[in-house]
Amino acid sequence: MIVFYAFAAVAIGASLLVIAQRNPIYSVLLLIASFGALSGLYVMLDAPFVAVIQIVVYAGAIMVLFLFVVMLLNAPQEDTDMDERRPLPVHKGAMKFGGLLAAALAGELVWALTRSSDPGAFSGGATDSVAAIGRSLFTDYAFAFEVTSVLILVAMLGAVVLAHRDRRSRASRAAVGPVGNVLPQKP
Amino acid sequence: MPTLNHFLLLSAVLFAIGTAGVFLRRNLITILLSIEIMLNAVNLSFVAFGRAFGSTDGQIIVFFVMTVAAAEAAVGLAIVIGLFRHRESLNPDRFTQLRW
Repeated sequence: MIVFYAFAAVAIGASLLVIAQRNPIYSVLLLIASFGALSGLYVMLDAPFVAVIQIVVYAGAIMVLFLFVVMLLNAPQEDTDMDERRPLPVHKGAMKFGGLLAAALAGELVWALTRSSDPGAFSGGATDSVAAIGRSLFTDYAFAFEVTSVLILVAMLGAVVLAHRDRRSRASRAAVGPVGNVLPQKP
Repeated sequence: MPTLNHFLLLSAVLFAIGTAGVFLRRNLITILLSIEIMLNAVNLSFVAFGRAFGSTDGQIIVFFVMTVAAAEAAVGLAIVIGLFRHRESLNPDRFTQLRW
């Protein structure tokens, strides 16, 4: 029980700090800490497979991708824009409303959960998880598994197409002026 | 021992934190990170329900959610790179035109 509260506190605290940080790099690193705590919770739920891929895939691959993009963009640390020529309308009211909506969502979820009857501790033994997962992933869910590979392929192609900088637009922008030349250009 | 409701409460709190991040932050990368928080909150409740019902289906759907999250992160970050090149800003309030 103490272990559960420790992991939950780390997960909630790190997630809160993620959205409180100004610097995106700290946000990414704190989110990795939060994922580590969630991985511990998965171990408590007798789900070692999910715990491992949480660390390997999420913290190891996806978050490193985020970190890579943050460092590549050398992103502005302040999200209020510092460009005085183009002042930005500040939506204080909208942000207050958004915070209110998020708080209302949290209140509703907690209210619904406290009203529902607690089924008590988990009954039954743990399933033989990794072998059972592998078996049903390649029998019952074989079609979904294969469709997933197509999804990954499409996402890969899409990322390459979107992030690719074509020569034509670079030439036209160079004619206008060095507006977009914040990234080091390849020779 | 923690019960199912403990895990569901934690999942609800994490999901609300992610929602608040999407609403409150004005930085595209932080918004994407908040979406990841929400996906993880839902993953936690999937695994907790799977454990409560003694089935592995919860963990299998977590596998698929993670795959979709990886694809979403790759495409979303590529869009962020393109937008940042175009506008030199990560503030979503800057992007008011559909025209490139």
